[in-house]
Amino acid sequence: MRILCCVKRVAAPGAKINVTADGLAVDASHLGFATSPHEECGVEEAVQLTERHGGEVTVLTLGPAEAAEQLRYAASVGAHHGVLVATDGSAWDPQRTAAALTEAILELEAADGPFDLLVFGNESADSGGFQVGVRVAYALGRPIVNGIKGIEVDLENGGGVVRARREIDGGFEVYELPMPAAVGVKEGINLPRYPTMRGRLASKKLEIAELNSDAEPGGQSLVRLHRPRETVTETEILGNSPEAAAAVVDVLEELGVL
Amino acid sequence: MLLVVLEHDRGAMDEAAREALNFGRGLAAQMGAPLHAALIGADDADLVAEAGAFGAQAVYTVVSDVLADFGPEAWGEAAAQLIRRLEPGAVLAGGSERGNEIMAQIAARLDLPMVANCIDVQADSGAGEWTMTRQQWGGSLLEDALLNSERPLLTTGLHTVAAERAEEAVEPATESVEVDLDPSLARTMVKDRVVLEAGVTLSTAPVVIGGGRGVGSAEAFAPLEDLAAMLGGRVGCSRAVTNNGWRPHSDQVGQTGTRITPEIYIASGISGAIQHWVGAKASKHILAINIDPEANMVVKADWAVIADLHEVIPAIAEEIKRRRA
Repeated sequence: MRILCCVKRVAAPGAKINVTADGLAVDASHLGFATSPHEECGVEEAVQLTERHGGEVTVLTLGPAEAAEQLRYAASVGAHHGVLVATDGSAWDPQRTAAALTEAILELEAADGPFDLLVFGNESADSGGFQVGVRVAYALGRPIVNGIKGIEVDLENGGGVVRARREIDGGFEVYELPMPAAVGVKEGINLPRYPTMRGRLASKKLEIAELNSDAEPGGQSLVRLHRPRETVTETEILGNSPEAAAAVVDVLEELGVL
Repeated sequence: MLLVVLEHDRGAMDEAAREALNFGRGLAAQMGAPLHAALIGADDADLVAEAGAFGAQAVYTVVSDVLADFGPEAWGEAAAQLIRRLEPGAVLAGGSERGNEIMAQIAARLDLPMVANCIDVQADSGAGEWTMTRQQWGGSLLEDALLNSERPLLTTGLHTVAAERAEEAVEPATESVEVDLDPSLARTMVKDRVVLEAGVTLSTAPVVIGGGRGVGSAEAFAPLEDLAAMLGGRVGCSRAVTNNGWRPHSDQVGQTGTRITPEIYIASGISGAIQHWVGAKASKHILAINIDPEANMVVKADWAVIADLHEVIPAIAEEIKRRRA
């Protein structure tokens, strides 16, 4: 199987998210960076699929030169190839990002053949636009379903089928996508592995292909980021021991949930 | 017109669609335009009446074999064709996972920008630009954005608006609209459903008993399970718990898990990292149990017990038994 995973470099969220002085970005100086959680699980899923069915995983990111770090991390947990579409570091809007990723995928497929499966995160942890994967899949004419928390691949069935599970209240929905296909995955589809020492060493040798994009900005632009106004809650302390249970049950009674 | 695309599951309207209708009523008034609604894959009098209760003056229904069950591509294509026909001034959907997915499908097909999870929208005042405040980081951070679009496509941040009905219900005009859907769009239709548990779920439970790292192990969740069962509620957990493999991910409350809306959330042994808080904050009331009085969850709770959850949770269960006896 040839699988492509798109990942995004995001600030590693902590207790509080601060904004830079110009209001245009998250101040990550104390946070560091990571792969957006849904996409970290996407890479793990792709690696597991190639362990089961054979093949290779290519990881693609759009971002500043430093996003190479996230590609190396993916290689340290089993991805085979890394591709960076370099930006100047500014946040690209979803239409522009999708156009650039579509171009990049077409270029990679023209060189090495089509991908059987494109794996996106359901939404990025930071800007959360909920649309890049869908736009790319549509532009490439591939079926896509979001919210996926389980994947099985059947390579025997016709041209291949992806059975995908989507969590719903109290159960899941099942989809069967003809390959080549695309999915938007969510955290919980697996528990991503940690890099091994051997993986770390291999990731240092990863050759990262760089592509450029001249995609035009779309219609949405960022004016500024700010923290929501915090509502100050007066917390009533009901007690400092298990004896507070009576006061807790009083509260439950008052709310009518008993 | 402002067109609201209504999310429903085989005829049952989603809470996010009600929120979008309520939000849309205000936005339509601001635009000086009527509020209309689109029903994809259903022609159901109850759904039409419900849209009317929220103030929708007209409801367009689209029915086809390809829309027999939910499928993002067929829904998106049907809605896109409807929008090309109606030329609404803006299109809105609820910010649920499905609502955002449908709007992304519409945006891709119409090649228009889409702004997800808005909490406040200022319609074009004549300069050709809309402005909005939208959620980033699941709502821990807000973004003021500018939108240049002939037809804004927007979703509302989940549970950031109430699902309030209009003061006076309207009896909507209905119109069934024909669309031309290629049968191949059925490739992303739901094939099957598996029900794992009936009854209350984490997102609908009136009481959620949450456990975090402080619970300590998978086994130590048993008293939380007992208390949840006594109250007709469900157990939820933090990301630390699922990362440790103590609970399945489907129990996770947070930005990458479930957004809960119970009458009361009893958060025990949970520090309240921002990723957890965004999933918990729509709870109507919060009671924290923690040994750390400075924990974020304690500071943000309505009530707190500063003690060991392993003693407090069984004591609450005992007290309930005593009063019920």
